[in-house]
Amino acid sequence: MKPLSRRNFLKTAGSCAGLLTVAPVTCALASGGTDVNNDELGMLYDATRCVGCKACMAACKRTNNDHGNLEPETAKFDPDGIWDAPEDLSGNTRTVIKLYKESPASWSYVKYSCMHCQKPSCVSACPVGALSKDKQTGIVSYDKTLCIGCRYCQIACPFNIPKFQWDRTMPQIVKCNFCKDTCLKEKGITACADVCPVKAIVFGKRKDLLTEARRRMKDHPGRYVDTVYGEHEVGGVNHLYLAGVPFTKLGLADLPADAPAVFSEKIHHTIYKGFIAPIALYSALCFVALRNARKQESHQAPHDGGSRKGKT
Amino acid sequence: MDTNIGMRSELSRRDFVKGCVTLTAFMGLPHALVGKVQETAESDRRLPVIWLHFQECTGCSESLLRSSHPTIASLILDKISLDYHETLMAGSGEQAEKSMHDCITANKGKYVLVVEGAIPTAENGIFCKVGGRTAVDSLAAAAKDALAIISIGTCASYGGIQAVPPNPTGAVGVGALVKDKPIVNIPGCPPNPYAFLSTVLYYLTFNKLPALDALGRPKFAYGRRIHEHCERRPHFDAGRFARAYGDEGHAQGYCLYQLGCKGPVTFANCPVQRFNDVGAWPVSIGHPCIGCTEPDILFKTSIAEKVQIHEPTPFDGYPPVDTGKKGKGASPLTTAVVGLAAGVALGAGAMMAKNLPDSAAASKDKKNP
Repeated sequence: MKPLSRRNFLKTAGSCAGLLTVAPVTCALASGGTDVNNDELGMLYDATRCVGCKACMAACKRTNNDHGNLEPETAKFDPDGIWDAPEDLSGNTRTVIKLYKESPASWSYVKYSCMHCQKPSCVSACPVGALSKDKQTGIVSYDKTLCIGCRYCQIACPFNIPKFQWDRTMPQIVKCNFCKDTCLKEKGITACADVCPVKAIVFGKRKDLLTEARRRMKDHPGRYVDTVYGEHEVGGVNHLYLAGVPFTKLGLADLPADAPAVFSEKIHHTIYKGFIAPIALYSALCFVALRNARKQESHQAPHDGGSRKGKT
Repeated sequence: MDTNIGMRSELSRRDFVKGCVTLTAFMGLPHALVGKVQETAESDRRLPVIWLHFQECTGCSESLLRSSHPTIASLILDKISLDYHETLMAGSGEQAEKSMHDCITANKGKYVLVVEGAIPTAENGIFCKVGGRTAVDSLAAAAKDALAIISIGTCASYGGIQAVPPNPTGAVGVGALVKDKPIVNIPGCPPNPYAFLSTVLYYLTFNKLPALDALGRPKFAYGRRIHEHCERRPHFDAGRFARAYGDEGHAQGYCLYQLGCKGPVTFANCPVQRFNDVGAWPVSIGHPCIGCTEPDILFKTSIAEKVQIHEPTPFDGYPPVDTGKKGKGASPLTTAVVGLAAGVALGAGAMMAKNLPDSAAASKDKKNP
């Protein structure tokens, strides 16, 4: 067989590698990844109904404090520690009610907690699988036994939800898990939705929540801004919002409909599909190393090991 | 039914039913059970009761007698056959002792023993004697054949003020001496009379004792903290406190926590049932709760001492929405400048490396000049 010229070999190898790498990426990107599972569990928070009673905050902490390693948060002005006064989501607080007040006439409460994305960035970023999304329920939950404390999830989350217990010896990531191990297991509903006295928090399947949201918007024209926050943001989230003031004013960022996790994962997973990239890389290195070794041998052969010349 | 008419002679039918509804609600039973409670109240069955007094002030008996709905109190007292009660019985001396003895022998295993007051145990219990017998002996004798024991008041439940260190008489509650009988504790100083009446009626209605908490108290009356139903709670949540007796906050009816109110750690239904049937209870008239239903609070901590709140809840206020004034991040110009600088540094490094003498060649040159 005629030996392959170096030029031809490189040409073939390069085109093969290129094909293998690029083709699946384009295929994957073309297929979209926009499929939304409306059977997953979710919550609908209606800011126009919320009366700011904070029963949800109290219930969340009461229900999850042992399971979620939560503690009351004492305010600076409260030396006796008589209130639980979180100012934001924190290593002790999975949900918080805040107030947006523009004027005495224009104001709104807003509740923050994990959005349980359809394509969660935290799950994508977690290098050890400590954060995972349940295939059936869609609940994004955290497993402290796997976590290595890298806090990539905090950086990855577009909603700034996961919080780290900076002040603990054995810190954990704290975020809502729909009371997966507590209230949901016992009663089939999250603690916050269970105690809400005005149905400002509704728990259920995403499709039912969207129907309910649309019904409320139809029944009360002019009461709501005309979108359901979370329906399309970052590929759709399971925690939906209705509000009477623009969502950006409630601290809910204007985010694109593409899920960043899907984009980065497609590239990443395709490159490593079938271990192609490492094989290609190491084959190339191997080829270069072997070729160099052979070259050296052929250079040395005529001079039968005698007086070796220096490099040119 | 005819015999019952006599019993309820001073009661209108309407008042009787109202009383039954109140007691049913007090016991935390569904409204559908009012009929059953009423049936019990109308029935002929009488529960023999022996009521012993030991180290106490008789305040619990007084509280029971002084409720301003005497019709209900007498109704319930008519439902029990109070065979021995040192304060109330007409007889005295040997006659009274005989009455107790007869009741015990006639109703073996069928009577309820109510104990009021702590039992002194030091020096063979000589600190309290009735009818020539020590309290320890009387209790043992009466408890032996009792169906159940109701300890009314904090003294009988946990020892009360007598048991406060140094406790010279070695006073203890009933639970410390009697181990083989069901004991219901109705602590309080004094306890709400309806807690006692409801326990009795509950037993007559269902033939069993009500559900008890870890301290042996009926859950229907001692299931929640004072703090949970206090009418001053909104002031607590809003941070409006009375700081001293008679100050502006105290006059305004603000929360008494800073004055040492034990409501946040005391389990009792005082804010709901209240006292004397006129809607009054200590906190409503401006005195902090002293935790009289709790064994470790009354007489053990000072009235002015603030308690630690173990399950704090959010206060009445809201953090503002953070609308993201977080800076814009790096501008393209900054990125370009930083990139350029990094590129220059890299290039310079590469050039320097290139200009470094080849170490192998240099050493060879030295060897072969």
